Amino acid sequence: MGKTLAEKILSRKSGSDARCGDIVIAQVDLVFAQDTTGPLTVRQFRAGNAKRLANPKKTALFLDHAAPSPKREVSNDHQLLRQFAQKTGCLIYDVGGGICHQIVAESLAKPGDVIVGADSHTVTAGGLGAFATGMGSSDVAVIFALGKSWFRVPETIKIALSGKFGRRVGAKDLVLRLIGDIGADGATYKALEFGGDGLASLNMSDRFTVANMAVEAGAKAGLFPADKVTRHYLNSQKRGDGYQPLSADSDAVYENTISINLASLEPLVAKPHTVDNVATARSLKGTKIQQVFIGTCTNGRMEDLAIAAAILKGKMRHPQTRLIIGPASPQVLLSAISAGYIRTLVEAGGVILPPGCGACLGLHQGVLAEGETCLSTANRNFKGRMGSPQAFIYLSSPATAAASAITGEITDPREVS
Amino acid sequence: MLKGKALKFGDNISTDHIIPGRYAHLRSNLRELAKHVLEDADPTFASRVKKGGIIVAGNNFGLGSSREHAPLVIKMAGVSAILAKSVARIFFRNAINLGLPVLICDTDKIDDGDELKIELKKGMVKDTTNGNELTFGKMPDIMLRILNQGGLIPYIQKYGDFKL
Ligand code: SF4
Repeated sequence: MGKTLAEKILSRKSGSDARCGDIVIAQVDLVFAQDTTGPLTVRQFRAGNAKRLANPKKTALFLDHAAPSPKREVSNDHQLLRQFAQKTGCLIYDVGGGICHQIVAESLAKPGDVIVGADSHTVTAGGLGAFATGMGSSDVAVIFALGKSWFRVPETIKIALSGKFGRRVGAKDLVLRLIGDIGADGATYKALEFGGDGLASLNMSDRFTVANMAVEAGAKAGLFPADKVTRHYLNSQKRGDGYQPLSADSDAVYENTISINLASLEPLVAKPHTVDNVATARSLKGTKIQQVFIGTCTNGRMEDLAIAAAILKGKMRHPQTRLIIGPASPQVLLSAISAGYIRTLVEAGGVILPPGCGACLGLHQGVLAEGETCLSTANRNFKGRMGSPQAFIYLSSPATAAASAITGEITDPREVS
Repeated sequence: MLKGKALKFGDNISTDHIIPGRYAHLRSNLRELAKHVLEDADPTFASRVKKGGIIVAGNNFGLGSSREHAPLVIKMAGVSAILAKSVARIFFRNAINLGLPVLICDTDKIDDGDELKIELKKGMVKDTTNGNELTFGKMPDIMLRILNQGGLIPYIQKYGDFKL
């Protein structure tokens, strides 16, 4: 009997014949924490009397969630992480170094890896064929010390894609459609595996966007095969030697298969306060917004800024709508400067944040007031997430966000020139 | 045996309800952080919860972030167990890693304020207010062993490694 991507990767890394439902102990190729989960990870590491990291060069800390630090308490946490890195020799990406998941994608993850991060959106690296999943600080502290963890091999739901996206429809609309259909717990404890003819038209940035949000359906991993698109991406990142082709067996057993025709999708929005509360952008016309946020590990890449810049070129944001742009990494920021997108976005009234999580989690750089509404390209719209619990967060693609910044209300991007 | 009063919640209580990101700067000050536990879902929770209170939730409890602070502040507030119809994966693992039992059962049969008795070994919850008895699903052996040791760190300290 053939294997799914999850079964294949976990078999290799556990040295056993891993089948869904099994519990295995697998080697971890990369483990990381960030500045909100890292301090507890370090404390748990110490509470267990661990002295050394199993693999310092496969262990990373990211100061990205609140960076540069907006508060004294955060500064102390940053200091703790810097000191830990210095002592143990692990990798550290300091203030301005970019969002953990983007850096993992750009510089660290390879097809076939097992990756664990103390952050739920660790699933992002599934875009290039890594079994990547989030865990909490205790689990991650133990991986810091032992280089391995236990995993329940997940059942897999296959998502068979066909067709191509229409104009101004993209990966975010695809993943919102999927979560809207299966629900915020539709894939709890399971893996989502993407396949079908439609896959070839999804570039790497699209795949990261989709994999990133697998966790919003409760999934443990969102997995893409490693193919030509993956190889091309790794080559462009000068990491071609990390490439290996990876696909599920043709006779792999799936719990079920969901088919989606990309051509049938239209611009979608997740309404407050759950990600599966999905509606079409056009049905929300007239919903006034005070802030647009284009960024995050979901949609803060070069391709996303290109889409936003194309729509905002020569236009101005609505006077009652703030426009905040958060490039996901220094590489994204530099490429967007070279391509002229940053100029376009600033001329359109946008403000550019340093590479990092920015406004995403309500700690700084765009905190919402009572009663305000934000349209964000992030992955979560939970009550209270971006500041006031009396604020409203809608989620959309960068195209919908950019179009809405011009009109000041939720707008189908196909309706602006 | 665990005993306590049911504190009821609905579906989809996220880690942002439990401990909003806006308090992320307090994550190294757990006592201060714990004052805000669940405030966006029930502003009276921190004052209502008594030592031994039991959270009784609907579907998908704990969805969202990997922040282990979420089960940690729940435990610090005095909650002795969480019952839910279903639980998000990372939260489940985190709670067990802290020695906080999370049990899956049909929570519709429990009302807010009911007195509950939980027998972990028998896999049974008794609602002594309405007399209902509920059974809860079995968790993987490795999780049970971690829970029995009081959490992952004590488990690893005892065994030095994972034991299947
Ligand atoms: S950008 Fe948002 S969702 Fe992504 S890692 Fe940062 S806080 Fe989390």
